[in-house]
Amino acid sequence: MAKKRTPRPKIAAPSRRRVTPLHGRASRAEKALDIHRCEQFVLHEARLLDEAKFDDWLALFTSDAWYWVPSEPDQANPHDTVSLIYDDRRLLETRIRRLASPRMYSQEPRSRTSRMVGNVTIEDAEGRAATIRSKFIMIEYRREQQRLFTGTAWHRLVQIDGAIRIAWKRVELVNCDAPLDGITQPF
Amino acid sequence: MSRDFSRFVRAGRVHRRIYTDPGIFDLEMMNIFGRAWVYIGHESQIKNPGDYFATQMGRRPVLMVRDEEGRIHVIHNQCAHRGAMVVATEKGNAPEFTCCYHGWTYHLDGRIKGVPLNHGYPKNFDAKNPKVAMNAVARVKSYRGFVFATETEDGPDLEESLGHMTTSFDDLIDRAPDGEIEVAGGVFKHGYDANWKVYFENLCDAAHPLFVHRSSIDASQAQSDDAHTDGSGEIAIRQMRQNGAPYSFWETQVGIWTYPNGHSYLGDYHDDSKLVAALKDPVFREYIAALEQKKGKEEAKRILEVRRWNSNVYPNVSLMSQFQQLRVVHPIAVNRTVVYTYNFKLKGAPEQMFRNTVAFANIVNGTGSLVLTDDLEIYNRIDMGLSSGGARWLQIGRGYQSDQPDAHGGRKGVNSTSEVYIRNMLEAWVGYMNGGNGLSGELAEAAS
Repeated sequence: MAKKRTPRPKIAAPSRRRVTPLHGRASRAEKALDIHRCEQFVLHEARLLDEAKFDDWLALFTSDAWYWVPSEPDQANPHDTVSLIYDDRRLLETRIRRLASPRMYSQEPRSRTSRMVGNVTIEDAEGRAATIRSKFIMIEYRREQQRLFTGTAWHRLVQIDGAIRIAWKRVELVNCDAPLDGITQPF
Repeated sequence: MSRDFSRFVRAGRVHRRIYTDPGIFDLEMMNIFGRAWVYIGHESQIKNPGDYFATQMGRRPVLMVRDEEGRIHVIHNQCAHRGAMVVATEKGNAPEFTCCYHGWTYHLDGRIKGVPLNHGYPKNFDAKNPKVAMNAVARVKSYRGFVFATETEDGPDLEESLGHMTTSFDDLIDRAPDGEIEVAGGVFKHGYDANWKVYFENLCDAAHPLFVHRSSIDASQAQSDDAHTDGSGEIAIRQMRQNGAPYSFWETQVGIWTYPNGHSYLGDYHDDSKLVAALKDPVFREYIAALEQKKGKEEAKRILEVRRWNSNVYPNVSLMSQFQQLRVVHPIAVNRTVVYTYNFKLKGAPEQMFRNTVAFANIVNGTGSLVLTDDLEIYNRIDMGLSSGGARWLQIGRGYQSDQPDAHGGRKGVNSTSEVYIRNMLEAWVGYMNGGNGLSGELAEAAS
């Protein structure tokens, strides 16, 4: 088998500009996306998901955002290959609305989740926007069974009216190409 | 165990044990997956000499391989020496197969090529004995690129066994302007904790979407069409809304057809003006133009008017010709099943057509789909419920005794919510389990 390449996925958008140093030169007054703000943001996001505040989570996304969980390692794009989840903004809204439905039988009983997020790095930044990479572990408990998901998350963060928003999010599960039971919880 | 399995299937009823008994499951693996024509894969998955695709026939690991002359073989993925699985990757290309244990090598058709240290074996060991091999599955046959195999030397030929269902494969191929299709776009592998048969018994169940999929129907109906879409979400939402068609739609417009050996399809469901390929959609207009140019207007019209939803080819493959999807059912244990789903690219169709197919696959077959996840939940609950002995006999009598004969030797349900396709599958089940070939007496006879 071929040696596994260091994942440097081909994702839309990021330019080849230098990675912003941990404590970037951009002035705080300009509200640059420094590592601290990025870390706080993904921790906040994880907390919203753990607390099942899905509407608040959806509100973190821009109006033309997309959310993607590929089905293959190093998947080039969500259009030519199937994805465990690929939601444009419209479908993401529907997904979140469904999670609130009392007739979503795959959430009867509801899942409980617990996420650990870490290893946050800024991979690419242009002033007020940044692409960040993080690692996550998510435990899902439902109906006497506990499942473990882990992998790498990529966020494209932008700022709108002073607030950080997700322009896109890509979640690479380490076992994305394994046989998997149904996935109802966003990562 | 009594050899007559018809005792588990009565008029409009089936015994719960056939979904829960590990002994019955083991017999199914021998008598059904070891006897029937089992779908293996599509020829486009092994385009070049040396290409292989590793899969399972029931629980037996096999390889579909293309040899140097372009011939297709299905061989057991097992070394003749100590029985180790030889190929451990799902797909790839190899000039020969080498076992990782003691280095025995095999030709692409499974014949032995070399045995290291071969002087130490007894005199009666003959590496040229054709049975010292990665043994070939008894019979392998392709229907227009769809490769099937059976472990029986005799019995019906593939086309005889498929019968009228060949037309569903034809329909998928016909839809390609260039008359060729290929597997593309990756694979979903979704699992659930219940018997393999419950999956097949849901695929043509027209009475379930309105109830099981209520959450995604409601959520999609409430969705604003003003929200941004790149096109993929729109396709998903159209499909979810379609699931909300009222019972009257299923009872008057959609049909269920069944054929010998357990096969069936749900037909006259979507028309192309409703989904994926909306008639006003420029991509679909471009597709129709390509189809008309290659096939002529009349033939293009005929092709587009075929509206089959799931075509179930017993025991392990289901295709959606209209939407270029194919599902392969892999039984793992009596209460564990994994389903692999594939997409087909229509050659000569616009590139965007395939992207629409991928978006459709995500909502219909995706592991994280807003629709499929509720189906998987139902399968799990069937297994949990069946563990109770409360009701030993399950009801499959909807539409019983109201079937109509079909011109191609099948039976059509009185309407699409008839459970005739389940009764039809169970007739095949009894036939195979009793050592035959997928045919057994009418359920009415079994009941007497």
